[in-house]
Amino acid sequence: MSTKAALSPSPLSDAVRAVKSGQRSAESLVQESLDRIAAADGKVAAYLSVQGEAALEAARVIDNAVAAGDAATLAKPLLGLPVAVKDNLCTQGVPTTAASKILEGYVPSYDATAVRKLREAGAIIVGKVNMDEFAMGSTTETSAYKVTRNPRNLGHAPGGSSGGSAAAVASGTVLGALGTDTGGSIRQPAAWCGVVGIKPTYGRVSRSGLIAYASSLDCVGPIATCVADAAALLAAIAGPDAASDATAAEPAPLPDFGAVLRGVDAALEGGAGGGRGRPLEGLRVGLISEALTAGGVAPEVAAAARAAADALAALGARIADVSLPRLPQQCAAYYVNALSEASANLARFDGVRYGARARDAASARASLLRTRHDGFGAEVRQRILLGTFSLSAGYADAYYARAQAVRAGLRTDFARAFAGADVLLCPTAPTTAYRLGDFEAKGVASYADDLFTVPASLAGLPALSLPCGVDAAGLPIGVQLIGGAWQEEALVRAAYAYERSTDWRARLPPGLQS
Amino acid sequence: MGTRRVELATAAAAAMCLVLASHLRLVSGLCARSVLGASSVGSSRHAVASRQRHTLRMGAAASTGGKRKRGKANPEMDAVLEKYEPVIGIEIHVQLATESKAYCRCSTTYSPLTPNTNICPVCMGEPGSLPVPNDKVVEIAAKAGMALGCSIAQETKWDRKNYFYPDTPKNYQITQYDRPIGEHGRILLPNGREVGVTRIHMEEDSAKMNHQGAGTSLAGSTHSLIDFNRAGIPLAEIVSEPDMRSGLDAAEYGKELQRILRYIGASDGNMAEGSLRLDVNVSLRPKGSSELRTKVELKNLNSFRAVQESTDYEIIRQGKCYETGETIRQETRLWDEKEKVTKIMRVKEGESDYRYFPEPDIPPLRLPRAVIDGWRAELCELPAEKRARYRSEYKLSEADAETITDDQTVAAYFEAAIAAGADPSEAAKWILGDIAAYVNKAAVAITDIGLTPPLLAEMVTLIQGGRITGKIAKELLPELLEGGCEGGVAAVVKERGMEVITDVTVIEGVVREVMEKNADKVEQYRGGKAQLAGFFVGQSMALSGSRADPGTLQRVVKAMLDGTQ
Repeated sequence: MSTKAALSPSPLSDAVRAVKSGQRSAESLVQESLDRIAAADGKVAAYLSVQGEAALEAARVIDNAVAAGDAATLAKPLLGLPVAVKDNLCTQGVPTTAASKILEGYVPSYDATAVRKLREAGAIIVGKVNMDEFAMGSTTETSAYKVTRNPRNLGHAPGGSSGGSAAAVASGTVLGALGTDTGGSIRQPAAWCGVVGIKPTYGRVSRSGLIAYASSLDCVGPIATCVADAAALLAAIAGPDAASDATAAEPAPLPDFGAVLRGVDAALEGGAGGGRGRPLEGLRVGLISEALTAGGVAPEVAAAARAAADALAALGARIADVSLPRLPQQCAAYYVNALSEASANLARFDGVRYGARARDAASARASLLRTRHDGFGAEVRQRILLGTFSLSAGYADAYYARAQAVRAGLRTDFARAFAGADVLLCPTAPTTAYRLGDFEAKGVASYADDLFTVPASLAGLPALSLPCGVDAAGLPIGVQLIGGAWQEEALVRAAYAYERSTDWRARLPPGLQS
Repeated sequence: MGTRRVELATAAAAAMCLVLASHLRLVSGLCARSVLGASSVGSSRHAVASRQRHTLRMGAAASTGGKRKRGKANPEMDAVLEKYEPVIGIEIHVQLATESKAYCRCSTTYSPLTPNTNICPVCMGEPGSLPVPNDKVVEIAAKAGMALGCSIAQETKWDRKNYFYPDTPKNYQITQYDRPIGEHGRILLPNGREVGVTRIHMEEDSAKMNHQGAGTSLAGSTHSLIDFNRAGIPLAEIVSEPDMRSGLDAAEYGKELQRILRYIGASDGNMAEGSLRLDVNVSLRPKGSSELRTKVELKNLNSFRAVQESTDYEIIRQGKCYETGETIRQETRLWDEKEKVTKIMRVKEGESDYRYFPEPDIPPLRLPRAVIDGWRAELCELPAEKRARYRSEYKLSEADAETITDDQTVAAYFEAAIAAGADPSEAAKWILGDIAAYVNKAAVAITDIGLTPPLLAEMVTLIQGGRITGKIAKELLPELLEGGCEGGVAAVVKERGMEVITDVTVIEGVVREVMEKNADKVEQYRGGKAQLAGFFVGQSMALSGSRADPGTLQRVVKAMLDGTQ
């Protein structure tokens, strides 16, 4: 086991620096990534498609530009970095399926804004990764194509819906990946795979090109092996996108994360008497009391979250209990809200303009029905039906309207909580990774396990998950930090200080566990 | 709020071939473009249609403005109206005049001959594409609302209307449900009737389906081609109160709305191209009752004449139904232009559940008072205001005022002539007469004719000042209309010696010549055939080259025939 001293604070920065200095070629980075995919993915099955040739070609273009000393190229913050992209983000000319049969053969005519920004920052996409079909699920098992396994324990699920992204990072095939988070789909797989995931403030990253699940909740965000790398990826994809997404915004730009992290480093090293410093002095952390006592929370998870709060206190943070009294209602409100929107968002998949179309139907109507019946998996069909029901005349008031009311009430609760806290803390998920098959066995009961992640989604707040322990079986435990709107800086600062002063990252190195 | 630029569809999207076969065979290599080119869809009507809108309705005779009542008696209608009162409301869908679509930047150019060329991921409903509202649509819709007397929402929002149909790319339409851009309006028709405007809201058009294999009808067709050029074109839906009582009311309402929307530049209002589509709801109730009975929706109304005729037909049909005890069902009926009857299209069974909910992709929009006020300040004088002013200020008849204000360019021409010194009633007379005839015959816009408003003013002033006769003016007119006489009417008149002759001696000489040539008729006149005076006036006028001052000539002819001179 490596020690934390041996760990670079940012492998991503190291790689980019090496490319820029000519110390390493982008091509060799990409090749290394492809080799690792070849070695690991037979077991993990994170990738739905690998664009090896295109990635190598892109790398060679970068290497030539670096050799020529091209200033614009050398200014790119992610130059030469191999990344993986969740398969619900459109990639021009590259199949994009959202892990659904109904989009089999669909090749987008455009790049998602986040994808375009990654490319513009110099990153190289090596593959599209697996997910729950249309992001509906929390283990990646609803994918129509393959079962992705948790690199920490192949008998377990990687979480979901961004399970492919988390598994790709945790198995060491890439340093970073894009995921999407509607009700926890970045944070929960990051927690289960022992990596770092950030769900930014709603609107921080453009949704253009993200195949919509629930428009008012969907966020694009990064998954990486450490806080600094996740922050660097977030910085690359963030920003308003007035031309393509009316809901993207930037009332407060992201800070220079490099400077934020250097500040933390300086404070850590500058501790009195050569001891550890207190970089989080003044930070007010609210421990969500209901989260540690809720039914279904594994004792090890609750203990790890409490220990994380203690660790933050040791770094200077002031910890206080805060209450989110309506927490138990959030899952129901979330699902009604998300599924209502999903029922409309998924209506466009009819086989008329793209994707798979049922054959031998006698009429347009029959074609529509058969295409959708055959094209969607059982979980997706169930969610469309539930959402359609929630919006139906005679039921909309009892379901959709009530969910909206709960959502509005939650904002009030958060406002109260943030009056006394800069950051809220709770477990990311009540349990560690499910065994494969558990999701289906639990049925809709599994929806309740989104309890800790949906509040930030409903309120549009930024939230981050990072490793804070392992359970008896060696499966990672994640802790979630929730920030005020547009306050990603506080999350990154607290998470980085925590990560640098604990050894969870060192104990959960990327790569396949034997 | 800036105008969004038109951006052509990506090449990839443009190359897409969209064929929805009922057998669900994707006809490989079959490009909608070539197939459509050979079909009846598209036709040549576009080239013709776009010219039509500058046609000047000639005088009151061709418009409904002159005669308020239907010309010919209709005993069937009279019988219905004796017992029943028609209740008519209209829904209008109008294409808003923007360069780019409602939620993307594709061109709105009418292009049925090149299907699926003005498309992009957004208007194709591609996965991951998001609508971004076109600010110009909001501005135009708000201005239209103001022009219809609506109060404008200070906070407006968009909603999704869910239904599955192959012409609807997302299988929901982005529209407005409970917070439309404008509500509670009212317009005054030229015939004096006031019609309430319930609401105006913004929405997007669907794609155009072209059914194949059975003419253009859906029934019996083998497959359909879909042209997405129209998908996402910005529309306003304008819903009236059920305040109309006749087919004429309905047509007048449609015309007035078209005028208003054209005046403020909100729409070209072209019915042939589908920029203005009217659905008329008709029901009857016993006279004196205030109930609302089962209504029938009329569609496929491609002209105001069709609106009027179909509505009247439907009133009579429903009247007969009530008389014979036949149930009126809530249904949609199509107007058959050839047979002049309405035919059932579909029966509406209960209300469709569109599962409206707020469009999460578009945040609600707050319109600050200052923005609304600024838009209001940009509105021009509206047709009803203009009509009233023309009648009070220029003393035009109701019919003339309506005809001249019908087209804003004609009104502008009229006002420019007045500004250049023309007498309003004279200018109106020429515009409604010879100029209208010319414009219609040559199919040119009044703004393009050689007789500019200042030239018309000059001509009218010369006539009124007695410098030329009306006949001379008529002689000169073809040249003036074609753009001759650039140096001015007076100069040409002088150069060609066309000024009026007022010199009595000269006129007496002309009359004498005519009398000498027609000594027999002089005898007859003097023998008592007084009506022969007109003959001598006419002959003398002709001999003078139409230049003799008419009043003087008449006097001289009378005096000389009577021998008093």
